[in-house]
Amino acid sequence: MSYAKLTREEIAERIARDIPEGAYVNLGIGMPTLVANYLPKDREIILHSENGILGMGPAPLPDRIDMDLINAGKEPVTLLTGGAYFHHTDSFAMMRGGHLDICVLGAFQVSATGDLANWSTGGDAIPAVGGAMDLAVGAKNVWVMMEHLTKEGRSKIVSRCTYPLTGIGVVKRLYTDLAVIEVTPRGLVASRLVPGLSFDELQRLTGVPLLPSGARAAA
Amino acid sequence: MIDKIVPSIEAALADVRDGSIVLVGGFGGAGVPEELIDALIAQGARNLTIVNNNAGNGELGIAALLKAGRVRKIVCSYPRQADSHHFQSLYRAGKVELELVPQGTLSERMRAAGAGIGAFYTPTGYGTDLAKGKETRVIDGKHCVLEHPIHGDVALVKAEKGDRWGNLVYRKSARNFGPTMASAAKCTIAQVYEIVELGALDPECIVTPGIFVTRVVKVPRRKTTAQPAEAAA
Repeated sequence: MSYAKLTREEIAERIARDIPEGAYVNLGIGMPTLVANYLPKDREIILHSENGILGMGPAPLPDRIDMDLINAGKEPVTLLTGGAYFHHTDSFAMMRGGHLDICVLGAFQVSATGDLANWSTGGDAIPAVGGAMDLAVGAKNVWVMMEHLTKEGRSKIVSRCTYPLTGIGVVKRLYTDLAVIEVTPRGLVASRLVPGLSFDELQRLTGVPLLPSGARAAA
Repeated sequence: MIDKIVPSIEAALADVRDGSIVLVGGFGGAGVPEELIDALIAQGARNLTIVNNNAGNGELGIAALLKAGRVRKIVCSYPRQADSHHFQSLYRAGKVELELVPQGTLSERMRAAGAGIGAFYTPTGYGTDLAKGKETRVIDGKHCVLEHPIHGDVALVKAEKGDRWGNLVYRKSARNFGPTMASAAKCTIAQVYEIVELGALDPECIVTPGIFVTRVVKVPRRKTTAQPAEAAA
């Protein structure tokens, strides 16, 4: 049976639908920031940006750009009514201090026990960590958004990360282009497989043992 | 009478010495005290340690300071950006040292300096390459890493408005590291777009109280906002 991988936009849409009313959320930088485009309009969800913003809104129109108002990826954003500005130390108190309900991060690798590697591929590259390690240890729920496989077709879910770690045992849930995977004390539980993908096929593609979830909801 | 306002940016920086640890505000392009950095280049101090979130972008600011060969070491969280080429080439040539610090730890280490804290345990970075060689301890079941304060000799911050007592307010996300850095240095120099009379800043809304500020210098306003379409026409 054939199946189609989810696009980045479709993964973002899935994640957005799982964020509950009233949540304080940080979307990191890069791919997870797509989630902001799909937040349900009928829910009040407050986006946090590490550089001192709560209530972050979408990108401004070109003639409203204000470079004093940027996100963690240094792109211009807006402030929603009710939003607030604060300094970096307060911002990281929110992150490290367990005040954020959810953060969504990208990853190079995630281990079967929820170790996260997302800041460095080692080797010759200039290392840069930003706020990733603070989010990883501090948010109540760390969700990862990533492709299931590398470009070479290797599983990014591994028994042990080979890339430098960002945090140990921090990831609660993974959203990939093939499925949603919960990191539980029993092991990795796979659900919401893309239509046409069997559990056996997903298991074959994934580097570590998976458990099927009880109910397989539609995408 | 207290008057922290100095007449020129050159006067503000006159006593910065070689080998100083300089805390420089800004995150990406927001809140960067560009005029103070330009003046620091002209002032000539060398062998500096620069503490900033990034390692310079493009040709201005910290990038220009690096290019001028004044920086011995950078302490930052995110030196890898598409246009950080001056840092990258100096780093690869072994001409500048890098201390990479998780962003929240960077900020908290300066807060600790300003608050008189000896050192602190944080869960951030535990078990990673950035905690190698550091003392660790389990506190309330959490693995933590011991981190030490970063004291600055000088802090350069950008604020929106200031008064002669050194009280400061900022603008939007340009606030970022400014308030913490202001508290963490022996000499804090704030560049502002507007100097106001004492009492003009609402005491309920002052972000950095003047006790943390040594000097205030006014610089010409640089627009950070796009021209509204109707006005641009």
